[in-house]
Amino acid sequence: MPRAAASATRPLQLRYLAHARSGDKGDTANVGLIALAPELYPLLQREVTRARVARHFRGMTSGVDRFELPNLGALNFLLHGALDGGGTMSLKTDAQGKVYSTALLRMEIPVPAAIARRYGPKAPRSRAR
Amino acid sequence: MTAAAKKVVRVAAGQGFWGDWLEAPVRQVQGGPIDYLMMDYLAEVTMSIMQKQKSRDPRMGYARDFPPLMERILPDVVAKGIRVTSNAGGVNPRGCAEAVLEAARRLGLHGKVTVGLVSGDDILERLDDLLARGHELRDMDTGRPLADIRDKVLSANAYIGMAPIVEALAGGANVVVTGRVTDTGLTLGPLVHEFGWRADDWDHIAAGTIAGHIIECGAQASGGNLLRDWRSVKGMVNPGFPIVEAAADGTFVVTKHPHTGGVVSIPSVTEQLVYEMGDPHAYITPDGVADFTSIHLEPAGRDRVRVSGIRGGPRTPMLKVSIAYFYGYKAVGTLVYAWPDAYDKARAADRILRGRLKALGLEFDQVLTEYVGADATHGRLAGPPDPEAPEVQLRVGVRSRDRAAVERFTREIAPLVLTGPPSVTGFAGGRPAVEEIVAYWPALIDRREIEPHVRVELLTA
Repeated sequence: MPRAAASATRPLQLRYLAHARSGDKGDTANVGLIALAPELYPLLQREVTRARVARHFRGMTSGVDRFELPNLGALNFLLHGALDGGGTMSLKTDAQGKVYSTALLRMEIPVPAAIARRYGPKAPRSRAR
Repeated sequence: MTAAAKKVVRVAAGQGFWGDWLEAPVRQVQGGPIDYLMMDYLAEVTMSIMQKQKSRDPRMGYARDFPPLMERILPDVVAKGIRVTSNAGGVNPRGCAEAVLEAARRLGLHGKVTVGLVSGDDILERLDDLLARGHELRDMDTGRPLADIRDKVLSANAYIGMAPIVEALAGGANVVVTGRVTDTGLTLGPLVHEFGWRADDWDHIAAGTIAGHIIECGAQASGGNLLRDWRSVKGMVNPGFPIVEAAADGTFVVTKHPHTGGVVSIPSVTEQLVYEMGDPHAYITPDGVADFTSIHLEPAGRDRVRVSGIRGGPRTPMLKVSIAYFYGYKAVGTLVYAWPDAYDKARAADRILRGRLKALGLEFDQVLTEYVGADATHGRLAGPPDPEAPEVQLRVGVRSRDRAAVERFTREIAPLVLTGPPSVTGFAGGRPAVEEIVAYWPALIDRREIEPHVRVELLTA
């Protein structure tokens, strides 16, 4: 990454910017991604795009839909075909998609350095990531 | 403000699924004032399980937890004038209602308990007639017509709305037992009954529906499974289950009883709102379509969140149908491998197991391997496995239409202990069980085919 760009933004995992809950409908998992503070919602809205989420879950879903809920500071993602058949058919440990929520929180998005300093991991934790 | 406008109706959640915390309903009726106790037992998978149980014993097919729970709380319910709404009836609401009446009689509550039994959601006996008249009942996900699996169908239930609950309450029922009434209808029904909302007052119908959605999973709205600041959630030895305090204008406060653990906060309510969400603009129920983008949340004191602004739209002409059908068999086998090289040992064992299954010529739809401790929940997103991991569980699942193949698979796990990689343990439970798969087939049907068949019976102990 060029130096100028590096000083303007930094990659940060969504776990520092949002909380989440997921569930299922048939073979589709949903992930609701909720901003930890109102000022973070526009950032999530801009950076957590459908394409980026589809790339994050590539090989794990056949398609992604995305919906915006500005009133709740939240985005909702539908991960189709993500549950190996879903319900009683699925052989997966997570047959009902309960923890796709935290799988999304692993994703990194570029954030302004000020946001990264404010919400990101404090120095001793940054190595552990 | 008139007295009617000030009226508050308290609907408390007692169970969020079949298997939820058994103490919750007792705490809800004893921990403070409530008007209604709603207990949701049904999920997509639950109907299949109940059907499996009913096919073994025709007296079963409902949430067996419910009658003994009612036996514990009925004295309080009767003394305090609390009314209970529940879809515990599953695929046998009559059997469930009768068990509740028996419990009431054992308690000496003769004449004091009237059960409203709601039926008519069960369309199994009518399937051939419906198909013959051109209802294809196509799978909403795959588009396949039901005719493809007709001979394997075990149960078929339409999701019905709040109307029969309102009718039962108006008729004097203090316990309403239903089959596949929607989770949200269990909360909406009491509110429509209390406030006299018209069935086409779409904003109020949406408000009552969203109130129901918030509390239908029990403590999942009040600190349970709450990811945000999860360490800060205290007192979960005695979690307070959520309570909705609703007003006639469609606004409500989500709260919980005092002196209980957990938390009701904007994050706790928001996490529950997005749970199992599809298109937030159109949360479709038999009673109307709720718009989750209209919801306004604000803090209203300690463990109190005020909900307002909810908008909704007209109900759709179709009802969803939940069909369970026999698919085949599955089994899951596990073994635990210890440090050092735990993951590599588990992988080697999987290769050996798959080689043996192949050599036996067994046919499976799928063989799925997961490494618990490495990739079972997040797949490749978990990153490379830790070579120093203290242990890894090998978890192999198979699915087949052929019972014999699955049966044979279950006999291939234990031999790995003496014929595979070292440092293996965790095989105390014996051979894995062969499970029947009762699969789920969601479809749509014209509501005019269902609603004339819905019945409410009032049965007094």
